Amino acid sequence: MSPGSRNSSPLEEPNRLAARKPYLWLRSRIIQTIRRFFMEREYLEVDTPYLIPAPAPELHIDAIPAGDLFLHTSPELCMKRLLAAGFPKIFQLGKCFREGERGSSHLPEFTMLEWYRAGIDYRGLMEECEDLILFVSENLELGRTVTFQGREVALERPWPRLTVRKAFERYTSIPMEEALKSDRFDECLAFDIEPRLGAPKPVFLCDYPAPLAALSRLKPEDPSVAERFELYLGRGLELANAFSELTDAEEQRHRFLLESENRRALGKKAYPIADKFIEALPMMPASAGIALGVDRLVMFFADTAAIDDVVTFTPEDL
Amino acid sequence: MYNASALRKGLKLQFDNEPYVIVDFQFSKPGKGQALYRCKIKNMITGAIVDRTFRSVDTFQSADLEERKMQYLYNQEDEFYFMDVENYEQIMLTADQAGDAKNYLIDNLEVDILLFGERPIGITPPNFVDLTVTKADPWVKGDSVSGDSKPVTLETGYELRVPPFIEEGIKITVDTRTGEYVTRVKE
Repeated sequence: MSPGSRNSSPLEEPNRLAARKPYLWLRSRIIQTIRRFFMEREYLEVDTPYLIPAPAPELHIDAIPAGDLFLHTSPELCMKRLLAAGFPKIFQLGKCFREGERGSSHLPEFTMLEWYRAGIDYRGLMEECEDLILFVSENLELGRTVTFQGREVALERPWPRLTVRKAFERYTSIPMEEALKSDRFDECLAFDIEPRLGAPKPVFLCDYPAPLAALSRLKPEDPSVAERFELYLGRGLELANAFSELTDAEEQRHRFLLESENRRALGKKAYPIADKFIEALPMMPASAGIALGVDRLVMFFADTAAIDDVVTFTPEDL
Repeated sequence: MYNASALRKGLKLQFDNEPYVIVDFQFSKPGKGQALYRCKIKNMITGAIVDRTFRSVDTFQSADLEERKMQYLYNQEDEFYFMDVENYEQIMLTADQAGDAKNYLIDNLEVDILLFGERPIGITPPNFVDLTVTKADPWVKGDSVSGDSKPVTLETGYELRVPPFIEEGIKITVDTRTGEYVTRVKE
């Protein structure tokens, strides 16, 4: 570059951040309201370490290495050890890190809300999810009906529950089992199903094929599917993922080894096995847990399709 | 070789032995599923745009593209000859391959030629080129019908509109990115 020339105007950063100011205020108020919701329900806020030796092996979630350790991709394993140690209601708000995830609703470093509760299953969590979102919209006076990207979303409960199998019947040309066998499940979900979920009401997409839920309990009446759900809002915005938690240590170890093997077969790094987590499982009560993307919740209430709008700095801004 | 996480707008890749540039890019990742990269890719030779979806396990060959400085020598009907200014190697482009750039090709003009392997696929002339007007109607004072511009023909055969005071034999500067008149060259 020649002297006196530069790639960007010196005003670019202040202007960009000024444009985000209303979103950042909304974000701050939403986070404060989430904390109030859980405090009123007597949940304990916890802060588990971000640096961990052994992330849960999941085929398509990659941890970022940090020295001999890894940045956690979710606080799940530590929070379940707390459940096992006698903390029946816990929540955590913090950063999670996932290698290579960058898109209009993905950041490699993002803010996650996770909560776990003993004595309920994934159906109980669906209700608590409805409670939380309604609590946020009521307390911040954001309205009972929210417009997201041109679609009206009515938050009045209950929100429909739709099984993955039904969603395939309704929105794709092939049945769920066949999509799995021909390795087209993710394409069908991302391009045919997701864009249709979330309006005129939020939707719980539930009962995922068993192989797609390494940490989840199988449905007693139909063990081909797991008690897992994802919550969708607006125009296919995926907000949260939840399970009835698997508490069988033997089964968990088996699934971790299998998933590690699958990772290796894809040429991915296999992590050390999280032994302390598996050892704690027999003490863990029947419970359910959920991870909710806070940035995306802010996107929903702010009516923006860009995750960049609701954070202070994106990786590209740094 | 690239893997899918390197995909982004503007990246040039090779598929089925043809060079492509990514013109649109969308990342999606359903639930705990695999990352999907939905792209629009443009064939750099034919200009055709197609939709392709890639997965995180896919790998890509970078396009074997190279830009070289070349000097325009001459043309023989539809064949345009250039010489590499470093190794004096001579290459030929067809009129089709030369595209709009042939409007600006005057002897000894230095241009950038994009090669895909050995095959020339595009020319980028300098942004501004000075060309002589070879044919122009005289300027009739007070002629309000033709407005404030008139058509002329340049030494390369290129026709464009210029201000009325430009006459035959005058040299003008043309912006090759827009094909428009910029100014009269002061001798």
